Amino acid sequence: MIGTHIDKAIDARGMACPGPLMTLIGAIRQGQVGQVFEVLSSDEGSKTDIPAWVAKARHELVEVVQDAGYAHFVVRKAR
Amino acid sequence: MADEVVILGGGVGGTIVANLIAKESNGRAHVTVVDSSGIHVYQPGFLYVAVGLENPAALHRPESRLLRRDVNLVIDRATRVDPAEHTVFMEWGRPLRYDQLVLATGSRTMLQEVPGGQEAHDFYTMEGAKRLFKALRSFQRGTIVIGVAGIPYKCPPAPVEFAFLLDDYLRSRGIRGHTQIKLLSPLNRAFTIEATSKLVQPILAERDIELTGFFNVESVDTVAQTVTSLEGETVGYDLLVLVPPHRGQQVIEDSGLGDDRGWVPVDKNTLKHTRFEHIWAIGDTTDIPISKSGSVAHYEATVAAAEIVATVKGEEPPAHVYDGKVMCFLETGQGKATTIQFDYDHPPVSPTPARRWHWAKALFNKTYWHTVPQGRLP
Repeated sequence: MIGTHIDKAIDARGMACPGPLMTLIGAIRQGQVGQVFEVLSSDEGSKTDIPAWVAKARHELVEVVQDAGYAHFVVRKAR
Repeated sequence: MADEVVILGGGVGGTIVANLIAKESNGRAHVTVVDSSGIHVYQPGFLYVAVGLENPAALHRPESRLLRRDVNLVIDRATRVDPAEHTVFMEWGRPLRYDQLVLATGSRTMLQEVPGGQEAHDFYTMEGAKRLFKALRSFQRGTIVIGVAGIPYKCPPAPVEFAFLLDDYLRSRGIRGHTQIKLLSPLNRAFTIEATSKLVQPILAERDIELTGFFNVESVDTVAQTVTSLEGETVGYDLLVLVPPHRGQQVIEDSGLGDDRGWVPVDKNTLKHTRFEHIWAIGDTTDIPISKSGSVAHYEATVAAAEIVATVKGEEPPAHVYDGKVMCFLETGQGKATTIQFDYDHPPVSPTPARRWHWAKALFNKTYWHTVPQGRLP
């Protein structure tokens, strides 16, 4: 259960290319500071890639929720 | 009476849709393609123009020669669509009424959205590719930086391919020893797909192409000749090549048919607009987070055409929907290439780079004009 208000949700399940992280980066680039983005990804690599990029780019990983066969990544644009 | 089927855009997707509907509808559809230039451009060739391997004149043909004779071509710019009135308004000509509408307007590149980016080079337009090759021809020594300034962009493998072809070009001129190539990747690897990155990264290292990960270009300082990332890093350059930010076409934005970047929201399987009846979108035009590439436009076009044919004939919708199929080639330089294939349910696979894939890509590029627009390939 996601407990945060989501400004933009991206369903990237099954999308290998450009992939969930690339789509998230694109959305964050266009978004406003403080907005919250949710990405749904069935890609195993997202579990390491998304937290790694969020840390490098100094945004906030609000939560990661595992569902059946995919995960929700909730990210706040921090700067 | 035949349905009026209007297709906006005479690129790969729009041309295939038009030809297939005209062929399969048994006279139940009157098909019109609207294109602002009337010239069909084979965009995958820009990459080769940028390194002097392709003649620009070989990359365009009149759209009228690629369409069936029973497809009507209107050379004009669509300025606005009114989905309530089923009408497309034109810059010059009379408005067109439609029963079914296909948005195949593609994407446009927006280097002007990158602060300081206007002077950067790119290979995403014919003009950009020609200008880049001119700059490369007079380049003697220094650092060439390749970066990505916006997501999504057309042909995700293109920056990696360009790095390899640039390496070949500089070696052919005997100046590779005086030049550095830096590839700035948006991700922490060379390419979005991990399996393909594992194949490609050792080759980048072998060719002395320096890879920097998690570098999403945000701005350019043309005086200091530096490029700065969204993540806060700065890199210097002598010649800068950027993948420009992309967005949907003005007509999509002006008609309220897309999101805030002009991408049209569609069902990822049926390609039908999520808000408006009787409107489909294909190729770069959609908001599906999948490759913006000719192959996607091609596969989606066959699905949209079959659905529209069933609609105009009053038949049940076809069982076959778009399954997320993508097929791309990736040049790895020195006459070799690999391929990338996947769909919504199957992860990507790439064979070891080999000469046969390079030749397959070259053959596809040459035979494109006689096979793809006519819908002759599945």
